[in-house]
Amino acid sequence: MSELSELYQQVILDHNKKPRNFRKLEGANRSAEGFNPLCGDQLSVYMLLEEGVVKDLSFVGTGCAISKASASMMTQALKGKTREEARVLFDEFHRMVTGELDEEAETNHLGRLKIFAGVRDYPARVKCASLSWHTMHAALEGEESATTESLGPDLSGAVVSE
Amino acid sequence: MIATEKTIETKAAGAAWDVERVREGFPVLNQTVNGKPLVYLDNAASSQVPRIVIERGSKYLREEHSNIHRGVHYLSQRATSAYEGAREKARRFINAREARECIFVRGVTEAVNLVMHGYGRKFVREGDEIVVSEMEHHSNLVPWQMLCEEKGAHLRVIPMDDAGELLLDEFDALLNERTRLVCVGHVSNSLGTVNPVKEIVARSHKLGVPVLVDGAQGAPHLLVDVQDLDCDFYAVSGHKMFAPTGSGILYGKAELLEKMNPFLGGGSMIRTVTFERSTYAAIPDKFEAGTPAIASQIGLGAAIDYLNSLDRAAAHAHEQQLLRYATERISAVEGVRIIGNAREKASVLSFVIEEVHPHDVGTILDREGIAIRAGHHCAQPVMQHFKVPATARASFAFYNKREEVDRLVAGIQKVIEVFS
Repeated sequence: MSELSELYQQVILDHNKKPRNFRKLEGANRSAEGFNPLCGDQLSVYMLLEEGVVKDLSFVGTGCAISKASASMMTQALKGKTREEARVLFDEFHRMVTGELDEEAETNHLGRLKIFAGVRDYPARVKCASLSWHTMHAALEGEESATTESLGPDLSGAVVSE
Repeated sequence: MIATEKTIETKAAGAAWDVERVREGFPVLNQTVNGKPLVYLDNAASSQVPRIVIERGSKYLREEHSNIHRGVHYLSQRATSAYEGAREKARRFINAREARECIFVRGVTEAVNLVMHGYGRKFVREGDEIVVSEMEHHSNLVPWQMLCEEKGAHLRVIPMDDAGELLLDEFDALLNERTRLVCVGHVSNSLGTVNPVKEIVARSHKLGVPVLVDGAQGAPHLLVDVQDLDCDFYAVSGHKMFAPTGSGILYGKAELLEKMNPFLGGGSMIRTVTFERSTYAAIPDKFEAGTPAIASQIGLGAAIDYLNSLDRAAAHAHEQQLLRYATERISAVEGVRIIGNAREKASVLSFVIEEVHPHDVGTILDREGIAIRAGHHCAQPVMQHFKVPATARASFAFYNKREEVDRLVAGIQKVIEVFS
């Protein structure tokens, strides 16, 4: 188990306090709503997608520090990325927070997003970090909403042998 | 002041509550979490199970297990005796007139759904009204919404004030000749409010309207007397009163249960079956289709024995002291607001910390070995009333102690430090 300070790093606390791109994006041509029915968190992601490139990205909503910081840093990371690059980052981020990707050993494009790696030691919080990414993914693929339920049963901390 | 309509009588007035001795009976409490002694303050979500209940369930599984009401053999007889013994204990625990008025269910959710299907779907028609309160748990709200949607009936809501008390004058105005059922919680799981259910029952009965009381948080904290309350249904979850999960009681007045439709169809709930039609068993069997959670219900019986062995007035006084102490200390922390300030509360304390989401509070407290609940507590309308997305909730049982309140307060200060 990592230390608490690895979860609540200064960067995360800063993005929580001053979330970037925290507004409704005028002129967005894609948007989706995300729900985490377990905690009642909800957020909306707005995207301007032109010629296969994420030209602009923003979000609004309520949530914990992990979810707000994750959404905030996601908007920064994806601006200017192609649809394909965004899909790759979505996949890498998801695998990192669920412990399927070792961000230090395997090649990836996560960069500053690696600070969310500590979330995988807190199974109850994985959905907080990934909700905005799932919502973004829904917007990218032209769906209207995403919920953490669609991830299926939460097996991130499941014990299958003792 | 003791927060029940039927005052808990003191067995030995002024008897001290030996919390350390009580704690010895709960093996789970004796462990460290993240290197610190566990402080378990999530009792409103699920309470811990004392050793004698664990041992009773284990004895059943080791020596007595068999299906009930079926075999003529020795083990089936023993299992049936233990299961029906638990029903008689349940009857005494809530002071029902007859054991057959106590239906065994998995918990309050199943109990409310049973009444919705068995009573609601039979007797509620288009244009009728069901009354719930603003502070209901989703389990005593969503089934009624489903019924209203199916029947074209209307849901009416008793509002509450900002202290978290129901507005009874408003309730009177909601009651009318179209009201078919009033559904209200005995104690709010999110605010701790003890509702005046006896008064609500009396006012409803003036118009002949039956009342269902959600007793999930009532049974662990108060002495429940269904005859004194005169409620028509009372629902209990075993796992919130020191019994295993999957156990619970739905009390219903016999004349109501008898005229209701069955809930689940299957084995045990029938009298005769042909391909043309089936006839149903008498209560309580009519509502207990299939093999029930036998070990859990026997465990519920043992939990009732356990509670009866305690001085419940002293237990209640101890919980109230913890609540008062925690309220005082937490409200003294700058930036912390307590949600729910009713005059009569059970030992449930919801709070929010300025600028910090309750989930972050929960994670940081967990690192300190403290278990609380963070979220909407399955009461989203309550969150909407107080304009918060969620709260942090500490809920105390009689095995909690003053030092644990101090640990909680220190944990809250740590949260504020991390986020400062």
